[in-house]
Amino acid sequence: MTLDQIKPGNGGVIVSVGGEGALRRRLLDMGLTPKTTVWVRKVAPMGDPLELSLRGYLLSIRKEDAAKIEIEVNADGTGVVGTGGKSE
Amino acid sequence: MEQVLLALAGNQNSGKTTLFNVLTGSNQHVGNFPGVTVEKKVGQVKAIPQASLVDLPGIYSLSPYTSEEVVTRDFILQEHPQVIINIVDATNIERNLYLTLQLMELQVPMVVALNMMDEVIASGNSIRIKELSEQLGIPMVPISAARKQGINELIREVKRTIKNPPAPKKPDFCKGEVHRALHAIAHIIEDHAQAAHYPLRFAATKLVENDEPMRKALHLHDDDLHIIEDIVASMEHALETDREAALADMRYSYIEEICRNNVCKVQETITQQRSEKIDRWLTHRYLGIPIFIMIMLLIFYLTFTVLGGTLQIWMEAGIDALVEQFSRLLNQIGVSEWLHALLIDGVCTGVGSVLSFLPIIVILFFFLSLLEDSGYMARVAFVMDQFLRKIGLSGRSFVPMLIGFGCSVPAIMATRTLSSDRDRKMTILLTPFMSCSAKLPIYGMITAAFFPRHGAWILISVYLLGILTAILSGLLLKHTVFQGDSVPFVMELPAYRIPAARSVILHMWEKAKDFLHRAFTVIFVASILIWFLQSFDWHLNYLNNSSQSILASLGSALAQLFAPLGFTDWRAATALVSGISAKESVVSTLSVLVGGNDAQLSLALQTIFTPLSAYAFLAFTVLYMPCIAAFAATKRELGTWKEALLTIGYQTLAAYMVGMLIYQIGILFV
Repeated sequence: MTLDQIKPGNGGVIVSVGGEGALRRRLLDMGLTPKTTVWVRKVAPMGDPLELSLRGYLLSIRKEDAAKIEIEVNADGTGVVGTGGKSE
Repeated sequence: MEQVLLALAGNQNSGKTTLFNVLTGSNQHVGNFPGVTVEKKVGQVKAIPQASLVDLPGIYSLSPYTSEEVVTRDFILQEHPQVIINIVDATNIERNLYLTLQLMELQVPMVVALNMMDEVIASGNSIRIKELSEQLGIPMVPISAARKQGINELIREVKRTIKNPPAPKKPDFCKGEVHRALHAIAHIIEDHAQAAHYPLRFAATKLVENDEPMRKALHLHDDDLHIIEDIVASMEHALETDREAALADMRYSYIEEICRNNVCKVQETITQQRSEKIDRWLTHRYLGIPIFIMIMLLIFYLTFTVLGGTLQIWMEAGIDALVEQFSRLLNQIGVSEWLHALLIDGVCTGVGSVLSFLPIIVILFFFLSLLEDSGYMARVAFVMDQFLRKIGLSGRSFVPMLIGFGCSVPAIMATRTLSSDRDRKMTILLTPFMSCSAKLPIYGMITAAFFPRHGAWILISVYLLGILTAILSGLLLKHTVFQGDSVPFVMELPAYRIPAARSVILHMWEKAKDFLHRAFTVIFVASILIWFLQSFDWHLNYLNNSSQSILASLGSALAQLFAPLGFTDWRAATALVSGISAKESVVSTLSVLVGGNDAQLSLALQTIFTPLSAYAFLAFTVLYMPCIAAFAATKRELGTWKEALLTIGYQTLAAYMVGMLIYQIGILFV
């Protein structure tokens, strides 16, 4: 499953980050590295971009870029919004 | 102690500007880094008289992709600051330390200022600073830049580091495969790194990361490059990931490890909890956009009518009174008529009319820095991104464009906050298509003469025309001049914070200074030039009536050019030329040239234009090059005359094409 398919309020653990060049590097630098837990908190009013929560802060990326991030969904497939994305 | 150079580095939204202002007071100099339009602020540190502090751009990493990142890297490697002050947002420590680890690789003595510690403690969380500092091998000082807490301790630590710089030691945060690869590569490139004056560890890391500038800078042999690629390939194979992910992962794993024992986060900070509540409204699925529009309308209302408008009227009155006194004085000492006219009609009127914009600019930038410093600007980009993507821009460009409806000058100045060079240039080009408030008198004049019963519709159509031209231009430029990748839209949504009064005031002052500087340089010269063209004929005779002036003959020469737009009267062309000084001049010039009051003006206009050509004229005035003050801002923000001239050239060409299309298509139906 990719990150853009996750419904707001749910989250998962990053398996791999695709894409290339500046975009991919930026995603990695901002902490979207494999094994990190990430939550989708919101979708912008016009359906794009997404608001993510990871490593205790909020990040916004576009859906087309989120589609390059492979996610493993939590065992129950859901998460609670707002508890942050600490990777413990 | 001799002169000392310090650098301030940190993430965006980490409170860097606030700390810079606290450390330097108002003693700042703003310029650009060489070769790029990245702002460079330098200030004298109040508590260390010999030390100047350079405010490096807010960045998240040292990757070589944005000009901000490159500038930071080059500055530290080439200017050799004695100490880097690295500001770290303690409420968001994991991501902030990522840059810290990269800065450590540059092997410059460093002090970490752990900002917003007050928020961490107030929410019941804690950080074992001493242990963290020992594990990283860098002194760490808890501060609150906004409350000016811990500043003395920070200064003391910086002074100590200047005096006794720690011996450079190898940063030790890599493990396993990455560690092996780094050390193997370090062996191979040791001489090259030394010759090129790069810290060895930094050079090795960059090669593993496949960093293009570093590979070029080291001048490695092909053999060495092959071996390095082999080492990297086997590392990738062993880790089952690629080189870039491997290094990012290594840094974050190390950060997680040292934070696990030393950072205790029981709950989100109060600021973060509050932000979440605010965002329930401000980025709400249905209410987000209406609320944004309401906020902007309120700012417009306050800026252009209540506060700025009133101040502008006072300012105009004040300037008029001063000019009158000055004029009387000139008469008393008996200067010649033309000199009197030069000083009063040329310089004072020209500079004065531009100066009267000052209150609006100051007030608009007051609101803008509130939006920026509070964290709302990032939400605007979030909410509006989808709108502007199609024309190749991101949500961040929305605010400058919106301000363009008030005045292009602050709008162009506001593009400074855009992080991408490409976005900035494109926004500067498109913003003047948003019809500014100074053009309203022109619309009033034309509708009164030709469309008295449809004024509102004409007005709306003119605004839409500007927006449509901007959209089409955006699409065109995206596929031609501004091709290539835009900077990825990966944007932090910082917690909402109450802006520091000091930063807001300094920001207003900076913009005011910038504007005043222009008013007395570019605009000063331009005013004299336009006055000269208006007051003299080709034989340099001083005229009382501008109908024989050089400007008028230029107008006559240009008049035929406008034939495809349906008007060939020299007075229309002259008015358009004089509109370059200020858009209101289109109206005043036309009324001077046709002579007479409002009613006569309407009648006279009907001899110059048909309703259709009047509309083409209107379309041209909406779109053609902005006034001289906006041009000066364009030149300032773009950096070069060439780009600035190309920009206004494009705008004028677009205006001409649109005007022509309207007239030529219209004439088929009329």
